[in-house]
Amino acid sequence: MSHGHDHGHDHDHPAGSTPQHHPFQPDDPPPTGHYQVMAVALRELLIEKGVLGADEIRAQIERMDARGPHLGARVVAKAWTDPVYKARLLADGPEACAELGIELDGMRLTVVEDKPALHNMIVCTLCSCYPRALLGLPPAWYKSADYRKRVVREPRAVLKEFGTELLSSVEVRVHDSTAELRYIVLPLRPVGTEGWSEEKLAGLVTRDTMIGVALPRAQ
Amino acid sequence: MANLPDDDVPELARGIHDMGGLPGGAVDRHEHAVTLWEKRVDALLVLLTRKDVFSVDELRNAIERLGAEAYTSMSYYERWTASIAWNLMQRGVITADELGRRMAEIEAEGRQ
Amino acid sequence: MTASVATAKRFKPGEPVRVRRAFPPGHIRTPIYIRGAEGVIERDCGDCVNAEERAFGRSGLPKLPLYRVRFKQRQIWPDYAGPANDSVEIEIYANWLERA
Repeated sequence: MSHGHDHGHDHDHPAGSTPQHHPFQPDDPPPTGHYQVMAVALRELLIEKGVLGADEIRAQIERMDARGPHLGARVVAKAWTDPVYKARLLADGPEACAELGIELDGMRLTVVEDKPALHNMIVCTLCSCYPRALLGLPPAWYKSADYRKRVVREPRAVLKEFGTELLSSVEVRVHDSTAELRYIVLPLRPVGTEGWSEEKLAGLVTRDTMIGVALPRAQ
Repeated sequence: MANLPDDDVPELARGIHDMGGLPGGAVDRHEHAVTLWEKRVDALLVLLTRKDVFSVDELRNAIERLGAEAYTSMSYYERWTASIAWNLMQRGVITADELGRRMAEIEAEGRQ
Repeated sequence: MTASVATAKRFKPGEPVRVRRAFPPGHIRTPIYIRGAEGVIERDCGDCVNAEERAFGRSGLPKLPLYRVRFKQRQIWPDYAGPANDSVEIEIYANWLERA
């Protein structure tokens, strides 16, 4: 399978800089990029035309800001300590999250469980679908061309780059979110955490462990 | 792929976005904060699809039609911005004329 | 579309299926790397809006059955370097699947 024209990663840049050829600028700079200007124009026109409200836009930003890996960590920690909850979580992700007061706005959360002989990883090769309603916005690398290209083809090489290695007796299963379902990995509970509280356990559950590029470690 | 010889796959049929399995480089793991303008674009796409102004499928479709050069050189939120603009024009919510005029005004005044 | 996909017999978990080898233009949620591959139904995800149609501003109805299908990596990439058990799981709409 050949591809004549490969640009590698999708040109995301360090914090504060704008993509392409613009020099480093502080966060929230005045719009200089063509599409940044377009984004301002779109927002203004939509508000003026009454399609959206300024408060509504602000509220949605806050709503998104409130989501993050800490929510997924709570869910995972509870599943680790409560086998009956875990069964409910695996059967119906949104319902189990709602039990903890986490509303997923119709997102079809599907939890895939790691086992001693099975490790799961998540990707969206076609765009960058991600369980946003639970984990918040995805990291740039998850949306990058290199991740999207390689993880279905050579998952273990990608895992190695993230510092994760698995025995060849462990099946690596890559989930490509091509349609309606959104996934998180339920990692294996680390050895040495017996008797830990849910709160302490949640501290071990990072974003990367729920995407499946890292394994939780008891510190 | 899929047990077929390479020349059986019409590579011309591959959309630029349809990249699973292609060779790539090391994953750049550098983290960077999502800026305010990007969060605003994200909010627009969530609200506009929630209100059924257009569907997320139409949004994705427009991104896939951007063309190979644009797709690979634009950033993630630049692509969404272009798609939102396109779909709003497609649906007659805004015109190219009013968008262009407003963009020129914003650029001249340095508005955010 | 010829026969109504919505009324066709549904696949069951465990059934072997093949992804059709077709390469239409448009908004297609079946990645090119999986076309022609053989796998097994992992679960029936229910009926979902037809994204290929919705992409053009149409309703996307009638809904289509959506399935999660599991493939062995070595079924997808003949030269897969990893262990034989490694797998990929993808959601695939019924109109892209045929009995293997």
